[in-house]
Amino acid sequence: MKQYETVIGLEVHVELATKTKIFCGCSTEFGGAPNTHTCPVCTGMPGSLPVLNRRVVEFAIRAGVACNCHIHQYCKFDRKNYFYPDNPQNYQISQLYLPICYDGAVEIETSGGKKTVRIHEMHMEEDAGKLIHDEWEDSSLVDFNRSGVPLIEIVSEPDMRSAEEVIAYLEKLRCTMQYLEVSDCKLQEGSMRADVNLSVREVGSDVYGTRTEMKNLNSFKAIARAIEGERERQIELLEEGKKVVQETRRWDDNKEASHAMRSKEDAKDYRYFPDPDLPPIHISDQWIREIREQLPELREAKRARYQEEYGLPAYDAGILTESRHLSNLFEETAVLSGNAKKTANWFMVEVLRLMKERGMEPDQVNFTPQHLADLLSMMEKKEISAQNARKVFEKIFGEDIEPVSYIEENGLKIVEDAGLLETTVARIVEDNPGPLSELLGGKEKVMGFFVGQIMRQMKGKANPDSVRAALNKEIEKRREG
Amino acid sequence: MAKQIDDETMENVCILAKLSLTEEEKEKAKADMQKMLDYVDKLDELDTSGVEPMSHIFEDENVFREDVVTNGDNREAMLANAPKKKEGQYQVPKTIG
Repeated sequence: MKQYETVIGLEVHVELATKTKIFCGCSTEFGGAPNTHTCPVCTGMPGSLPVLNRRVVEFAIRAGVACNCHIHQYCKFDRKNYFYPDNPQNYQISQLYLPICYDGAVEIETSGGKKTVRIHEMHMEEDAGKLIHDEWEDSSLVDFNRSGVPLIEIVSEPDMRSAEEVIAYLEKLRCTMQYLEVSDCKLQEGSMRADVNLSVREVGSDVYGTRTEMKNLNSFKAIARAIEGERERQIELLEEGKKVVQETRRWDDNKEASHAMRSKEDAKDYRYFPDPDLPPIHISDQWIREIREQLPELREAKRARYQEEYGLPAYDAGILTESRHLSNLFEETAVLSGNAKKTANWFMVEVLRLMKERGMEPDQVNFTPQHLADLLSMMEKKEISAQNARKVFEKIFGEDIEPVSYIEENGLKIVEDAGLLETTVARIVEDNPGPLSELLGGKEKVMGFFVGQIMRQMKGKANPDSVRAALNKEIEKRREG
Repeated sequence: MAKQIDDETMENVCILAKLSLTEEEKEKAKADMQKMLDYVDKLDELDTSGVEPMSHIFEDENVFREDVVTNGDNREAMLANAPKKKEGQYQVPKTIG
């Protein structure tokens, strides 16, 4: 069989995290009761007039600048005409002729090394409503809460060659948008959606094959599976001497297969024209400069800083900066505890463990940084054992309890009661003649057994150093006796 | 010479505009559209080389609103315009993407 290369370009829709819709003052909040965030503008009532949300333009410029794009300082909106029940105006307000951002690039990193993916353009547009199929009456129900929610569509050049590169690119975009606070990019809630344009060609060829566009990809895993599936389908066609048809296909992740979505009758003919209701936008040099100056520290810079400032290994710094939210939690805790390295260790071990156990995303982790900082400082002062500290942290992680009083109330604080410790040590040693003779015979490892037994007896409230000291003293006594 | 509106063009326009016309109506529409194109053709007599295409007749630029919620729940009033509704939603013929 011939060797084939996969060529992939992406169209990524990102819902902007504005408070209101792009052309009206309706809320963009997710999850409201159907049609409670709608008005004559976003339901396409005759005579209603759209007025552009300034913040949408600001967010689009911010996203563009962060992805090294040029800005069309004179730009306009166009109408894209088509009929569909989720599109009440019978046209979508989008940008065809002068998209706000163009000719950018982002760098991605895969097992194959670093690579640049070029961005063809980013344009502003409005989202459509949501259709729900009504099983009972064989009809569809329309909710326009999402209609008019602002989107930017980020169109890449066909620069990706594998599912791995596609996922790396999407993660890069998601991370950048989250750091910029222009979108929360949740695939499950649909605030980030990707359409995959894919073609195959023989290795060495410099012409592109016929591409298909795949829709309905709701997770990174589905995207990876769809890419594999479509690559195989196209290669099979070519091997059989058939041709790939340029069409839009819908991926069904349950069946792990796709089917053609649009018939020839619906051949794309959107009859774009400038929207006469929306005056053009003129973006001044100063506006761009202001946005550029206010860009937050992005992930790469933060990762480098963590390595340098906190002396963290590259891997740890990478994990801690994957989500801006998690990195903020870490940094605030690190500052409050005054020990970045200990804080980082705690995040890498305990926070990641609990996230994994509870199947949580980094953005769902929420506790008061002061609470963890207090716990770490009590550990530092040997006021609580590591074992108990882990238990207390589960409470902080889950319920955000205040650790100092919690530790006090639950009697978890290490108490230096020399008398109690001495009698406990003596009893444990007495109760375990076997291990004792091994220890006296020179088997130092048995020390650990005794420390564990004593700590358990003391319910973790003893300082391990004191336990070891008391134990040594007791053993010496036995040796002499 | 303006583009001629033939049957195929007419068919395509009907699909795009979601119109189902009788043969008689189609012939009438064809003639009307031909007249429009012929009229627009007249404009080609003007030399417009070097003239920027104009998309807006006013010189307004940067008409913005601030990102502040001004609309509340107005569902009942909005749905009052719906020919059919169910559970707070617009009910339409079955549509699958």
